[in-house]
Amino acid sequence: MPTTRSPLHLAVDLDGAGHHPAAWREPGARPNELFDSAYWLDLATEAGRGLLDFVTLADGLAPQSARPGEPDARTDQVRGRLDAVLLAARLAPRVRSLGFVPAATVTHTEPFHLSKAVATLDYVSRGRAGLLAQVSGDAAEAAHFGRRDPASLADPALLDAEAGDWIEVLRRLWDSWEDDAEIRDTVSGRFVDRDKLHYVDFSGPHFSVKGPSITPRPPQGGPPVAVAARDESGLRLGGRSADVVFTAPRSDAQAAAAVGTVRAAQAEAGREHETVHVLGELVVYLDATASAAAERLARLDALDGSRQEEGPEVFTGTPAGLADLLLDWAQTGLTGYRLRPGVLAHDLSAITRGLVPALQRRGAFRAAYPGGDRTLRDLLGLPRPANRYTVRRALQAI
Amino acid sequence: MSRPRKQVHLAAHFPGVNNTTVWSDPRAGSHIEFDSFVHFARTAERGLFDFLFLAEGLRLREQHGRIYDLDVVGRPDTFTVLAALAAVTEHLGLTGTINSTFNEPYEVARQFATLDHLSGGRAAWNVVTSWDAFTGENFRRGGFLPQQDRYSRARAFLHTAHELFDSWPEDAVLADPGTGRFLRDARAGAFEHRDRHFDIHGRFNVPRGPQGRPVIFQAGDSEEGREFAAADADAIFSRHSTLDEGRAFYADVKGRLARYGRPPEDLLILPAATFVLGDSDADARERAHEVRRAQVSGQTALRFLEQVWNRDLSGYDPDGPLPEIDPRVGEHTVAQGRAQVRMFRDPLATAREWRERAAGKQQSIREFVIESTGRQTFVGSPATVAEQIDSLVQADASDGFILVPHLTPTGLDEFVDRVVPLLQERGVHRTAYEGATLRDNLGLPRPAPVTGAGHREAS
Repeated sequence: MPTTRSPLHLAVDLDGAGHHPAAWREPGARPNELFDSAYWLDLATEAGRGLLDFVTLADGLAPQSARPGEPDARTDQVRGRLDAVLLAARLAPRVRSLGFVPAATVTHTEPFHLSKAVATLDYVSRGRAGLLAQVSGDAAEAAHFGRRDPASLADPALLDAEAGDWIEVLRRLWDSWEDDAEIRDTVSGRFVDRDKLHYVDFSGPHFSVKGPSITPRPPQGGPPVAVAARDESGLRLGGRSADVVFTAPRSDAQAAAAVGTVRAAQAEAGREHETVHVLGELVVYLDATASAAAERLARLDALDGSRQEEGPEVFTGTPAGLADLLLDWAQTGLTGYRLRPGVLAHDLSAITRGLVPALQRRGAFRAAYPGGDRTLRDLLGLPRPANRYTVRRALQAI
Repeated sequence: MSRPRKQVHLAAHFPGVNNTTVWSDPRAGSHIEFDSFVHFARTAERGLFDFLFLAEGLRLREQHGRIYDLDVVGRPDTFTVLAALAAVTEHLGLTGTINSTFNEPYEVARQFATLDHLSGGRAAWNVVTSWDAFTGENFRRGGFLPQQDRYSRARAFLHTAHELFDSWPEDAVLADPGTGRFLRDARAGAFEHRDRHFDIHGRFNVPRGPQGRPVIFQAGDSEEGREFAAADADAIFSRHSTLDEGRAFYADVKGRLARYGRPPEDLLILPAATFVLGDSDADARERAHEVRRAQVSGQTALRFLEQVWNRDLSGYDPDGPLPEIDPRVGEHTVAQGRAQVRMFRDPLATAREWRERAAGKQQSIREFVIESTGRQTFVGSPATVAEQIDSLVQADASDGFILVPHLTPTGLDEFVDRVVPLLQERGVHRTAYEGATLRDNLGLPRPAPVTGAGHREAS
């Protein structure tokens, strides 16, 4: 057994009352507060207490549904969500150190708007913003916008290609102001040096964007972009375009394959020297004994009248048992995990107060946040990116 | 005949990306860093203001095909800053300018409903329109909207958003763990809207916010804009801040409400107003002149004339007379991304009139521009300014003012410290927030939910 290992990166997904559709019925779940900031502030504060790298905030452009792609008729599950970017902005000024990675849907939104929104989240959080870029092939979501034929959204590879373009536009817009563009030169009367503001001139099959952004370059230069890969195409998108890739393996062999696909796509895109995190996703139910956790899940399934068979691997067990599994799978090249608590009211604190100390004892997780005004990139070990336009100008000057 | 003294509504406009904002002052801070917004918002809340107001523009301004670099450039995203400000204020309304052309109703309604939840009922929306291909170059559809359709789209957009806000009944969420009922009715959020701008249907996914709908602002001054406001807005952000113009505008717009079945008090008239305070009126006048000189450099004065002349005037001396050459008539090509160039409908006549006025007073280009543009609304000692504000409101020139300071982020401090107490002494400004929501504090009724065809049409 190795004595030293690189610490894991750990994130938690915050979605309603938890991943299980009956989570809202559990003790402590506060189902009447799911649309109040106080509830979310308590969750984010708990995540920060556990020294996590970041939280993801789930979102979508239609109500949740038990029938993918169309509305259902259930009244016994949580329906309704707050806009995740705005929720993150509401929380970030009140929670220190933790990164905020809200989900946003590429397929029906404007890259210009999302670019400035995430840049602004980076300003209000002092460099702790990220973005989870997701695509949508749902006919129901398309009908909420009325702009795109659902048939044109059926091919996941095409949606992922658009997502690649969309992420590229976000990054170009973040770079469209060089860091020192604002000069406030009272002698010449110029507020900005307009030679340091750049048209991004992106043109692709789905959109063209002129630029520059209306918002100056964010504190992190580029907030980390994450994608949640559901298939090979998603993994390749992650390798090409993202800083963080979530993958949901059912075994360590699947984890190893996913990491391999991401690394290969990274190399093809000429990004082999960049850090791209591949985080494994697990749904977790944590209790003092493995049987207690399994019984709790069985009880929740009975309440909901269903068994969760789709989606990520489900772990039921003790925090120490989960710590061992996470370290075991990390040998496949996963650099960390995004955990989806089955019941936030129960499993979030089991992560922060049970799993995290267990990982710390194994030397696999930070003992404190680094001091000072550290950014999410700092927590993830990602350097602040060079500005492509600054680099281009420097090259032209040679 | 006496009526009760009207309360003065006060709001704070974060300094914008134009030459009203003085960035060259050593006290001027960042207009991007969150700390500036926090200071500004908390000052407004300390002064018990109704709301903070953010403007928006979706493309950096250009002149002669290059980014205009003499004014403040750049701003953060409106929604995101307002959501963050909800974390550091408790009562202040949060008004965002959001374009109805380069957005979609489902997304904007989600964002405003979310902001209303996250702020405990403090969200407001200044609905603006644009159509220009210049701004459109930043968006998926480009400049798709003919100019004459912009208000039609804006109204359709707003009506659609209202249907979305109203699609969740107030009591839709039961969240009862005992019975296992989260929703009262599985059809919460169901909507269907079809007109020539939008053809959408499905389920909205944000429950109704504390205010039901955000407070709606309208800012356009045209005939169509006024009619839009009379039909659909809760407040107007106007530019008529003087006694005569203000009273005429006030009477005109309030007079339109009856046709939509609305009482006059359902629409607030809130002009933008700038101010300069001093220890005495004379001191304030002197400071106001210094501010004007800082706002209008020689270069700024020339660039301003170019917006009327529609040609390059960089060869002219700003300390010399106005150009003898006539404006270039036809498509405006010099300045892009400014609403104000549309105000100069007859540039030849404007130029002629300005030349005569400047010559009569023997003014240079810079002196002329300093005097004829953007003079401060209120200049005087705190007592003078409090008296002017109160009289204008009591005379029905307005229901209050949206104050536009010239310094970021401290431009409001002196007003709150010195003028607000005098307005309170006069009994026309609150001494504590009375309501829970922005709608309450503005004295506006809570809108009844509408369904499909229930929108107000002129009768």
